[in-house]
Amino acid sequence: MTSVGEHPAPATRRVGPRALLVEVADHHEARALASWIRTQLVSLTDVVPAARTVLLDGLDDPARVSQLVGGWRPGAVEPPHGRSVRIPVRYDGPDLAVVARSWGVTEDEVVRRHTGLELVSAFVGFAPGFSYLGGLPEEWSVPRLESPRSRVPAGAVAIADRWCAVYPGESPGGWLLLGRTDVTVWDLSQADEPSLLPPGTRVRFVAA
Amino acid sequence: MSLLVTDAGLLTTVQDRGRPGWAHLGVPRAGALDGPAAALANRLVGNPVSAALLEATLGGLRFRAERACLLAVTGAACRVDVGGRPAPWGAAFSVRAGTEVALGPASDGARCYVAVRGGIAVPPVLGSRSTDTLSWVGPPVVTEGTRLPLGAASGDGPADVVMTAAPHRRRELLLHLGPRADWVADPGSLDGATYRVGTDSDRVGLRLDGPVVRRARSGELMSEGIVLGAVQLPPSGLPLVFLHDHPTTGGYPVIAVVDEADLPVCAQARPGEELVLRLR
Repeated sequence: MTSVGEHPAPATRRVGPRALLVEVADHHEARALASWIRTQLVSLTDVVPAARTVLLDGLDDPARVSQLVGGWRPGAVEPPHGRSVRIPVRYDGPDLAVVARSWGVTEDEVVRRHTGLELVSAFVGFAPGFSYLGGLPEEWSVPRLESPRSRVPAGAVAIADRWCAVYPGESPGGWLLLGRTDVTVWDLSQADEPSLLPPGTRVRFVAA
Repeated sequence: MSLLVTDAGLLTTVQDRGRPGWAHLGVPRAGALDGPAAALANRLVGNPVSAALLEATLGGLRFRAERACLLAVTGAACRVDVGGRPAPWGAAFSVRAGTEVALGPASDGARCYVAVRGGIAVPPVLGSRSTDTLSWVGPPVVTEGTRLPLGAASGDGPADVVMTAAPHRRRELLLHLGPRADWVADPGSLDGATYRVGTDSDRVGLRLDGPVVRRARSGELMSEGIVLGAVQLPPSGLPLVFLHDHPTTGGYPVIAVVDEADLPVCAQARPGEELVLRLR
């Protein structure tokens, strides 16, 4: 991470009277800022890190928080290291061949590459427990399907752009499906921590 | 003891004040769309304002009280019948065990609230009894035959409030410019613009049909966190106001945010009605 001196203050935008959208360089910074703001004495209801922003919602005093965030620099506080999760996958997805063509490799090589990565949960969105796992190199980036599938099964392991995800439940979806896992990534009976892959979690996929 | 629903109408759900605080895990906040109306219904029967009640879309709900209870109906104006005889709207009334309560179709407004002394005691999920209709966290939608358990009475006891008519309903939405207002060619043109409420509006969003808002820039925005009341501009150029069951992140620019005080205006806007936007 860059040192404090060479980094500009993050830009904040007002989102109505009670929220701020903080713009940062990437999802690593978003996650770091989200962790940091939770350690500050700030009254708020939601902190939502995303690809290049952090939403701070339900603020009592947005002006003060804006000032506080203006003093934050990436690297000033290390984000806590999330726990590590291994997810066994059956690599039999319908888009494995498409990804292999896109990467110019064999399907076996796609599996080798995908299982060789350590991905990090950057943020959760789209659906409860749908974690955006970052860490795919730029040259492996793949586009979404032109027309999304109306039904993607729960447990589908998929990639799109430079993100990877495990579909927490059955839903429509336009990501490329590599395979499937039996691991449950969203479990409402675990009321304290219903998400297996909250932001910060490190994830490795292994061939089942 | 419980309420037995005999006709759930168009859409009836259990709602309380929702489950804020889970947006970072992709969980919508849910909760009663018209918060003040829901709070009033609870106060009328002496519940804490956080008690769960029924939100009936456009009225048309019927249920049998399986025990004697105290009820109140607020929100959208509708006829209320108890055992075939008229009962007051906007005031508490008691119902004997075995009696059927029927809400007529909403004559003004879109969401009726039915509070019962003791509250609806379905099990909470992530701290709330609200149904979220986007991802279905919380209790299932109320249907014919649903039995809704009632809780034990708590709180201060019924408030001494008598409503004689539905309060005047505003037909204006006060907007604050949003974080991505710079994506719009002329944000000022929103001020005074008139839109018709789309028929496909629901608890996720209020769809607006009217003048197309021209974008100043094309291209894609990375997905980012969304607040309640966010006015999002999809490629169609027709704004969409996100209500309580909105997704927690989204990729279209948020050009404005509805003032919190006007969220009930969104909740009670009927399909086809006109709303005038006002910029603050």
